[in-house]
Amino acid sequence: MTRKSHRLPVGGHIDRSQPVSFSLDGRTYSGFAGDSLASALLGQGVQLVGRSFKYHRPRGFLAAGVEEPNGLFTVGQGGRVTPNLAGTSTALYPGLEARCQNAWPSVDFDLMAINSWAAPLLTAGFYYKTFMGPLRGSWMFYEPFIRRAAGLGQAANQADPDRYERRHAYTDVAVIGSGAAGLAAALSAAQAGARVMLIEQDWLLGGGLLSSSDSGEEQWRRQVIGQLQTLPNVELLTNTTALGLYDGNTLALVEKHDHERPDPQRGQAREVVITLHAKSIIFATGAIERPLVFANNDRPGVMLASAIGTYVNRYAVSFGERALIACNNDSAHRVALDLAATGLKVTLAEQRLELNPKSTELLKKAGVAVLTGTQVAYVLGQKSLTSARLRRITDNTELTVECDVLGMSGGWNPVVHLTSHTGIKPNYSPELDAFVPGGYASGHFGVGLINGTFGLRAAISEAAGIGRKAAMATGHSASNGAVPTLEGTDHSYSFEALPQAVAGKHGKAFLDFQNDVTTKDVDQAHDEGYVSVEHLKRYTTLGMGTDQGKTSNINAISRMAHLRDLEIPVAGTTTFRPPYTPVSLGALVGRHVKHHFRPIRRSPLHDWHAANGGAFIEAGPWLRAWYYQWAGNSAEAAYLEEMKLVRSAVGLSDVSTLGKIDVQGPDAAEFLNRVYVNGFAKLPVGKARYGVMLNDDATVLDDGTTARFSDTQFFMTTTTAQAAEVMSRLEFLLQTAWPDLKVNITSLTDQWAGMCVAGPKARAVLEAALPVTDVSDAALPHMGVREVSFNGVALRILRLSFSGELAYELYVPADCGIALWEHLLRAGQSFGIRPYGLEALASLRIEKGHAAGLELDHRTTLDDLGLGKMASKEKDFVGRELRLRDGLQDSNRWSLVGIECLEPNARLRGGAILFAASDELKGHGRGYITSVTWSVELNKYIALGLYHGGLRHVGEEIICAFPLKQETVRARIVSPIFIDASGARLHA
Amino acid sequence: MNTVLAFGPIGSNSMLRINCPHCGERDYTEFRYAGDANKARPAHGTGDLKTWHDYVFIFDNPKGPHREYWQHVFGCRQWLILERNTATNITGASQLTDTSRAS
Repeated sequence: MTRKSHRLPVGGHIDRSQPVSFSLDGRTYSGFAGDSLASALLGQGVQLVGRSFKYHRPRGFLAAGVEEPNGLFTVGQGGRVTPNLAGTSTALYPGLEARCQNAWPSVDFDLMAINSWAAPLLTAGFYYKTFMGPLRGSWMFYEPFIRRAAGLGQAANQADPDRYERRHAYTDVAVIGSGAAGLAAALSAAQAGARVMLIEQDWLLGGGLLSSSDSGEEQWRRQVIGQLQTLPNVELLTNTTALGLYDGNTLALVEKHDHERPDPQRGQAREVVITLHAKSIIFATGAIERPLVFANNDRPGVMLASAIGTYVNRYAVSFGERALIACNNDSAHRVALDLAATGLKVTLAEQRLELNPKSTELLKKAGVAVLTGTQVAYVLGQKSLTSARLRRITDNTELTVECDVLGMSGGWNPVVHLTSHTGIKPNYSPELDAFVPGGYASGHFGVGLINGTFGLRAAISEAAGIGRKAAMATGHSASNGAVPTLEGTDHSYSFEALPQAVAGKHGKAFLDFQNDVTTKDVDQAHDEGYVSVEHLKRYTTLGMGTDQGKTSNINAISRMAHLRDLEIPVAGTTTFRPPYTPVSLGALVGRHVKHHFRPIRRSPLHDWHAANGGAFIEAGPWLRAWYYQWAGNSAEAAYLEEMKLVRSAVGLSDVSTLGKIDVQGPDAAEFLNRVYVNGFAKLPVGKARYGVMLNDDATVLDDGTTARFSDTQFFMTTTTAQAAEVMSRLEFLLQTAWPDLKVNITSLTDQWAGMCVAGPKARAVLEAALPVTDVSDAALPHMGVREVSFNGVALRILRLSFSGELAYELYVPADCGIALWEHLLRAGQSFGIRPYGLEALASLRIEKGHAAGLELDHRTTLDDLGLGKMASKEKDFVGRELRLRDGLQDSNRWSLVGIECLEPNARLRGGAILFAASDELKGHGRGYITSVTWSVELNKYIALGLYHGGLRHVGEEIICAFPLKQETVRARIVSPIFIDASGARLHA
Repeated sequence: MNTVLAFGPIGSNSMLRINCPHCGERDYTEFRYAGDANKARPAHGTGDLKTWHDYVFIFDNPKGPHREYWQHVFGCRQWLILERNTATNITGASQLTDTSRAS
């Protein structure tokens, strides 16, 4: 099937030799290289492209750029689906697959249009009124239906296969926008010798010049771009949007390559977020045209006048036979002339009574019927426009004008978004009836339409001066050429503020097209007492959505000001926040996905575990050996076998992830004595001691064992979780508080591999493995340490135990870790040694009542953990004073207890809430379970927990409630040390 | 096309540059912030609860110039005092807290 072409035979920035095939809702269409999705559809006569958000009214394109509120599409397939793309700023590419949104079953026949008839229910505050009142509870029921009826596109439900990048960039002068002013400013700054980055959101440079029918302007555009391209100090970034302006002259840019369909396999990025650090910034962001407010101003075929200019001149789209241009300013006159030049019968409905005589003459010469003092009252037609009803302001007489397309222009809004991002509020300009930047920060400049400079020649001259000034601000003042001048004279621009539209009986008059906000909604909000523009926005949803009110805000503020009988600047404006246009999550996330998001740390013994049946589990950033296949095929089964092995014979586990800090210097002992609650000054050489350190507020920071290898050298171990925090904290104390202490600390976490030989036969294994080293109880008693040379390699042996069994920690340089590990397994073979993993390691310590990460959560104090007796009374330590606060000494605080399960067929669960047997089961209870394990030694579930009043309640029966599973289990409070309370095994 | 490029560290969302006296100007994401540097830590051994309470819990929240602690964690690991305007994020002078240890 071929469709009638709606294209002009010549002209435009499209390549007629390169047809581009694409699809919309499964139907194939054809456009040209250079088209936007919107222009390609209009070029095929497709005007109806969407249904509105609430009322499901038929909609066509309103605009031709990023301000488009209506023409949103879901583009792509599978994981590459992108919803809510404005067809007006989406470059066409071969094979593009687009789908219309918010219509079911199709935009042409949309069942949801019933909402139009239910419209009285859906006015401002619909959600608040309906679901905050008596129907509150019904929200859960209605939500899916409402979400489906009122909504935009749906995101992909598969992983995005594309690659996204981030980069930092630096430049002297950043120019945002490449219209005439931006081009001139960039060239001028570059000629002065500055490094220049020109940023353009479109795929072509030129901004408004691309929509011009004037060959002189096009020639100037080409000439200046040509010069910019030859300059080595200029970088031209197209398809790149400045999303936000931040502190320190920093811009966030996003560079999109959607239409190039980059290949992630070859490392090509689809989008790149660029953090641009610019010394100077020139805002050449232009302006966005305002719609007029009349009944049914949302019908397909009603567009911004400038958008029609763009479709005709840039994309060579032809629009039927009759056009109506309605305006209150001179800019739309050019569009009327351009349309007349393509052969349309054009009527110009001018609000103003008097026009510039030169304009009138030009219009009449071109055959444009000019009606002054005339406004649009309403338009007729459903899915396409048929005619407009005009009304003379002077006598209220009406007449009908038939039209296929209506271009409206209510004036221009400078794009002040970026300049407002750092908190400079825009100022209202009565001359423009619009907001302009409220000032420029040091190093920031504005050129062209953003300042209200309308004439091209005036803008070019202004920009050439500013470009040079911006360059000079960065220390560049060379004079390499001048910006070319544009021949001719500027078109005049004058403007008359709009009177308020009267919402009539002929239909809704839309302020915000995307969110279906009409004049009536604003009037209603006002009637209900809303006065702040910020509240108005949230109550009516005005200015929300993907276009963020780029075409609607001023008209709405103007109406609110009118209703309150205020001047617009008093009514105020809403806050402009980044991003200027929607940005994909992929771009923001960049390469921070999977292991780039969180790098995986591996123990030096990792490869051995992987090759020998180890199963892994993530523990913070670490991938740790969880359990081993020899013991079972699941963690639940395996850890019990591994625990039994350690309790009955001997096991070997990887403890390399522990933090290890080398502490050296004449004051090392004094330093440790200050940071640990217990004494370290008198720790003898060759001994280790368990220590606890507190935060300044007296909560427990960390625990670990520190060994003394000489008068001036200590080897500190920290928990895996707190290793980085402890290191940074110790550095803080040494560098800021105690610079007089002669101590150096160095992290050795990655330098040493660590492993633990634990169990009744641990010494036997060491004797076999290290035949020349005396590891007898006399030579190496409990908490004894030795550093020896084993096969020429430093080997540190620390006799200490986490499991409660006779145990040794052995440390060797990381690259010798596997060799020692395998040597120990060989030497211990006859004693039945096997590896055990993190699950067993963590469970063995529960049986022994050792606090670990789950109990050391920066909320528990020394006393909470039952370790209060460790605190030295002889010396000061970090946290000593605040530990004595009344609240922390309260004997009813919760503290560490052991819990044993009393029901043989039930289990305890981590996080269960604890109640006394007589308590009502509600609220936060008396405490909670922190750690749970099945005890192989006691043959029941046991747990550690925090309980108000702690060990005063030993022997009492409690209830462990787990509301998520509706479980209650009977248990008993016991000592947290479940096994070997006397420590006989440790000292064996 | 001669823009100088630098790739930020993990989590980079740099809107701030900090001059490390030891390493030079770096992205703020290489640093960690650690609070008000105007507050002097009580001397070790100070046995007064109120003094410690005020040091740990009582903070000014000034709008404007502020001296604060930062650590160059992904660099030299030195702690430094940075002048930063909390209203504008404009950073000023910076100095190492412990000049004796910097080499």
